[in-house]
Amino acid sequence: MVAEKEPRVISRTSEVESEYKWGFVTDIEMDMAPKGLDESIVRLISHKKNEPEWMTELRLKAFRYWMTLEYKEPRWAKVSFPPIDYQDAYYYAAPKPKEDAPESLDDIDPELIEAFNKLGIPLEEQKKLTGVAVDAIFDSVSIATTFQKQLEDAGVIFCPISEAIEKHPELVRKYMGSVVPYTDNFFATLNAAVFSDGTFCYVPPGVRCPMELMTYFRINAEGTGQFERTLIIADKGAYVSYLEGCTAPMRKTNQLHAAVVELIAEEGAEIKYSTLQNWYPGDKDGKGGVYNFVTKRGKCAGRDSKISWTQVETGSAITWKYPSVILQGDNSVGEFYSVALVNNYQQADTGTKMIHLGKNTKSTIIAKGISAGKAQGTYRGLVRIMPGAEHARNFTRCDSLLIGGECGAHTVPYIEVRNPTAHMEHEATTSRVSEEQLFYLMQRGINEEDAQYMIINGFCKAVFKELPFEFAMEASQLLKVSLEGAVG
Amino acid sequence: MADRLLEVRDLHVAVAENEILKGVDLAVSKGEVHAIMGPNGSGKSTLANVVAGKPGYTVTAGDVLYEGESILAKLPDERARAGIFLALQYPVELPGIRNREFLRTALDALRESHGEDRVGVRDFNKLLEAKAEELGLEPDMTKRNVNEGFSGGEKKRNEILQLLVLDSTLALLDETDSGLDIDALRVVADGVNRFRGPEKAIVLVTHYQRILDYITPDFVHVLIDGRIVRSGGRELALELEERGYDWLREEAQTGAAPAA
Repeated sequence: MVAEKEPRVISRTSEVESEYKWGFVTDIEMDMAPKGLDESIVRLISHKKNEPEWMTELRLKAFRYWMTLEYKEPRWAKVSFPPIDYQDAYYYAAPKPKEDAPESLDDIDPELIEAFNKLGIPLEEQKKLTGVAVDAIFDSVSIATTFQKQLEDAGVIFCPISEAIEKHPELVRKYMGSVVPYTDNFFATLNAAVFSDGTFCYVPPGVRCPMELMTYFRINAEGTGQFERTLIIADKGAYVSYLEGCTAPMRKTNQLHAAVVELIAEEGAEIKYSTLQNWYPGDKDGKGGVYNFVTKRGKCAGRDSKISWTQVETGSAITWKYPSVILQGDNSVGEFYSVALVNNYQQADTGTKMIHLGKNTKSTIIAKGISAGKAQGTYRGLVRIMPGAEHARNFTRCDSLLIGGECGAHTVPYIEVRNPTAHMEHEATTSRVSEEQLFYLMQRGINEEDAQYMIINGFCKAVFKELPFEFAMEASQLLKVSLEGAVG
Repeated sequence: MADRLLEVRDLHVAVAENEILKGVDLAVSKGEVHAIMGPNGSGKSTLANVVAGKPGYTVTAGDVLYEGESILAKLPDERARAGIFLALQYPVELPGIRNREFLRTALDALRESHGEDRVGVRDFNKLLEAKAEELGLEPDMTKRNVNEGFSGGEKKRNEILQLLVLDSTLALLDETDSGLDIDALRVVADGVNRFRGPEKAIVLVTHYQRILDYITPDFVHVLIDGRIVRSGGRELALELEERGYDWLREEAQTGAAPAA
């Protein structure tokens, strides 16, 4: 039987007109831990996941350290939010399985499968996205991973991290926390204590992962924090391209999302990591929305390795994330391509850190910020050249586009050079959609709204072209939806 | 008149507080080529821009009719879809927008407004490359961002390329000849002549009569200080070439009646 070609990911947004169309709530029975956070909750999470003792201990260690931080989040970013009551949230919420553990899709609540269908992420065998293996995560719990067989044949491990802890403890113990230690920052520490699930991926030496890997994150339950943990390892000479997408229902209260992502590229390996972040941004008056406090970091551990982050951030009430690369191996390459769009009352403080340790290491940063409505967007980036990094190079380009007169764009680049052979380039611009450009497009018959989007899309082109094709199409749709009401 | 395409009636236009056009009348019918000449700052570009609907100008009196209807309340894109094309004096750069996408989007907008189907991507790209070659443009330039890194001559040729692809009805050419060397001028003029026809009209704004050696006008109008001070045929341009504008300016100041 020949499977019909499925409409690709793009179908998810193609019909969107206005509002946040991913805002639906799925009515499903949940297994929830009691509200609040103490050692017993941490133990409960670990127990629910049948974790080995070493994992429970790691969690407790992180939790005890977190308690010493006295609920003090980092406040240096240019975002403001009221105090978060960490005891007034649920730290574990999982869709109740029909039986004990789902063996196949038949054991999963049809409501869940339907929820992902609505998001354009079909999980059923006959409808799967072609060429993309998907790990679907619903309220912190992985519910299904597609194309397992094909990946196994290639030797690629792609599974929920809870499964990896059980089946591949040697890999998890070796790598988890090796890039983002549990003491790294407040949110990373919290995540290390209470992370519920996430994605694990290991590509063995010399293997080119035969398809794109994707995790789709969905927050559903109200008042729950979402704490995923993602760990991706490309062993010597391996290659993997990984995508993540995220949505959440519209809720009047703010939801906390504090994920940790660690990437490790061994000698000659390459990891390409793309994100379309579209968490619920809150309503037009700034009510509700996701607090997105995320720590993402990759390590180019071996020579000639490469890590490339591409992100399109349109969602969340607050975004606080700095996907970074530690360039340890000689000749390693780090890249960061970002479009961060804020509208209404959204706030984003995002950027990257490129830490050059090895010789001839090279990094590129292209950051495009778009601010509309009353929103504030900040690019914050650090490029650090350590003494041993002979002939390191960095190129940074930050462009901001303002739409309307009440928004703000800020650029905060930090540059630290401790080796005189370094070569640094930095360019920054701030602009508005120019009247001249707009008139030019309109004079050729294109209406004002389309003309605006063409200009904004053109502004983002250098980043979009780094995305896999379907994602690039979707990203440009997402911009359009996110700017609804701000242009035209 | 049935084939009357554009009619400018007693048009007064101000920018900020300055009156630039002080009562301009102009009638253009299908099949005609009109040259608007005049010294710098006389209001030639203003006239072209106001007809195309460029923001920043205030019409204080008078009217502009296109196909018998006033268009002053219409947006620039509506005028464009009705058939008005303005080749800009200084074509704008559009970063991140490829020439071919730009033109295809424009052509689709045009076709959709006429109830026609969108154009196929492959067919369009072929057509575009062929037209580009006719204008001596590298086929590769259709893949480059609009006007980004183009030479002055390439930008002007790109304007004519757009005119030919969109196949508009009324072409307003705002100093399309300025900054072109003689070879480029000939290529641009060839393009304009290819556009010329019984169903089309051209208003050619220029400072020099040089381009009129290649594009023969039916009418020549001289615009000085916001007024058309004299209209005539092809020979008027030659006279201007010889005598300059000063004698006409003096005549206008002494109140001598312009020739009909």
